[in-house]
Amino acid sequence: MNHLSLIIKREYLNKVRNKSFIIMTFLSPLIMVGIFTLVAYLSQLNNDKVKLISVLDESGLFTDQFTNTPSLQFKLLSNVSLEEAKSTSEENSDYGLLYIPKTATIDDLSKSITFYSEDSPSLIVMDDIEDAIEEKTNTLKLREAGIDAQTIKELRIRIDANLETFQGEETSKLGSGLKLAFGGAAGYLLFMFIIIYGNMIMRSVIEEKTSRIIEVIISSVKPIKLLLGKIFGTTLAGITQFLAWVILIGVLSAVVTSILGIDPSAVPSPQQEMIESGGGVESIAQDVILEIANLPIANLVIMFILFFIGGYLLYASLYAAIGAAVDSETDTQQFMLPILMPLILAVYVGFFTVIENPHGTVSQVFSYIPFTSPVVMLMRIPFGVPVWQQIVSVVILFATFIGTVWFAAKIYRVGILMYGKKPSYKELIKWLKY
Amino acid sequence: MEKLLVARNVSKTFGNYKALNDVSIEVPKGSIFGLLGPNGAGKTTFIRIINQITMPDTGQVFLDGQPLQPHHIQHIGYLPEERGLYKSMKVGEQALYLAQLKGLSHQEAKTRLKYWFDRLDIGDWWNKKIQELSKGMAQKIQFVVTVLHQPKLLIFDEPFSGFDPINANLIKDEILTLREQGATVIFSTHRMESVEEMCDHIALIHKSNKILDGKLIDIKRAYKSNTFEVGLHTQNPDAVTAELHEKFEVSPATFKSINNELQYKIKIPEHASPNDLASFLTTQGQLTHFVEVIPSANDIFIETVQKN
Repeated sequence: MNHLSLIIKREYLNKVRNKSFIIMTFLSPLIMVGIFTLVAYLSQLNNDKVKLISVLDESGLFTDQFTNTPSLQFKLLSNVSLEEAKSTSEENSDYGLLYIPKTATIDDLSKSITFYSEDSPSLIVMDDIEDAIEEKTNTLKLREAGIDAQTIKELRIRIDANLETFQGEETSKLGSGLKLAFGGAAGYLLFMFIIIYGNMIMRSVIEEKTSRIIEVIISSVKPIKLLLGKIFGTTLAGITQFLAWVILIGVLSAVVTSILGIDPSAVPSPQQEMIESGGGVESIAQDVILEIANLPIANLVIMFILFFIGGYLLYASLYAAIGAAVDSETDTQQFMLPILMPLILAVYVGFFTVIENPHGTVSQVFSYIPFTSPVVMLMRIPFGVPVWQQIVSVVILFATFIGTVWFAAKIYRVGILMYGKKPSYKELIKWLKY
Repeated sequence: MEKLLVARNVSKTFGNYKALNDVSIEVPKGSIFGLLGPNGAGKTTFIRIINQITMPDTGQVFLDGQPLQPHHIQHIGYLPEERGLYKSMKVGEQALYLAQLKGLSHQEAKTRLKYWFDRLDIGDWWNKKIQELSKGMAQKIQFVVTVLHQPKLLIFDEPFSGFDPINANLIKDEILTLREQGATVIFSTHRMESVEEMCDHIALIHKSNKILDGKLIDIKRAYKSNTFEVGLHTQNPDAVTAELHEKFEVSPATFKSINNELQYKIKIPEHASPNDLASFLTTQGQLTHFVEVIPSANDIFIETVQKN
């Protein structure tokens, strides 16, 4: 067996057999699914409780206006004074009491409606109540001005623009959302992967230094082989862990859904509400499948793999160089910033600039810079990037990767044998010439 | 004598610091070669160049007559001064890994490891982790890993540090046995008594320069100063002392003796014979002690380093 595969095998087995690695592999999905289940369960619990609201409507204008919903129930009071209503409402431990006084004009109502309750009421509930009152007052005002509310309703036209590219491809806002989700997931995944497993590589280099085995090893193999073996071995361990996570989360979610009847992915979110208000769930599901089929899947997958490998290796070699330059993990701080800065910048550019304008100048520039291109370009590709641009970006990325490996190998070769002093940047540059 | 390792005019600079300056060293086949020098002299740099960990700026190193090449790594066993093992890895697994990196097959490595583990009586450590072993125990494993691939050239940097006297002796005997079996040993240490005991050749590096090398016996011959330690039982010590001072360079000496005697170190002129001194002394009284002062490796080390 040649040296490189021996080293990769050792690094891989060493990582995979490590107790904390195994624990994290199984515990993380458990915790994640657990938290989502809990949130889903709690929000269900929250919604299940019916809120009873007493309404004392002295104006008599709103008797039909409040409709009961599964979570809100209205009880109309009549022929009682405000004081009496308040005390009964409190005794019955109602959610609250809505008091609408009789006023001379409708305009006066705006300031004089009061909601009494034990605690501060939920903003959502208040919005619902206010909306109901506003709708009624608007209708009343329109009637006062001699306009028929029904006519206005009939005259209103909803616009839903069809989106189409010059090439005749039909797109939609839903599609844009999906593209964003795909790109964002890919970019974010890469970001997480780099940080978690880059750190792992760095720690493993430091471990070899502190255990002082390094000189024994490099009297047998070239440092560059050790460096590459370390990067590949750790990467394989990382992919193993990621796959285990995906599978475990899938299985656990399925189990939780079938046993408890709670869908961890059903945590209500604004997007979901937006979708739900737009039409039937089934037609949405169909649209989603259609839109996914419309995405450039092959292009996306190939580029995801290329950018993922290139971007990860680029950063991994830098992490390894840092590990070689220092004596202990506490000394790594000063070197971490220059690595994290472009990464974080890439994510920010991705989530703000690309969303706003996937093909703007800023997005384009950052999708060529090798330290940000993996994240930014991955987020741009679903929106359609010309192939030549993708190729140029990949070529720049891999060329830079070769450069950083050369740089890392230099630092590594010198650094692994340096003990006792915390190197400065000036020192590192000197090492390049050794 | 045939040379196993030849270094010719090797220089190495780190930034502004010259670690080795035009160093040439020849290590004869089958010798135990002491590489000596004060701290920071450049020994480790030299050893790392032999191991191809660092490359020399100028100069060349030959192993068995060939310029050093990557495949030569299989023929060298190196026990660095800064040594260690993977703490959380099992002993056997780790030894197998390191042996395979030196080019042994898995099967071959396993067979040889079994042999060595039995020989050093450490067979039951196979499944232990390094962190469960003491420092001395880990050192033993390290020694086995260094010699396992039967290298032609063994390089030991302070091999005895961390060993108790019993284990140090054990390792010393193993090194001597390996030499019997044909290995050549380069031995870097600050413990001059082991140099005295084991080395037949030495080289002394000081401030990046080689300042002395050769057979230990030859060096000692060159460094002896025709000085003799004498003990003389005499009736009139004052007169004898006065006369000795007149004829020779005399300095006081103390050695253990059962006699109540005059004790001196006496240096005789370059070409004089010790017989002249002895016969003079016998006329003055009873000669109880007559030994040539041979410089120890320690003396030579200190004298040479201070002179430079």
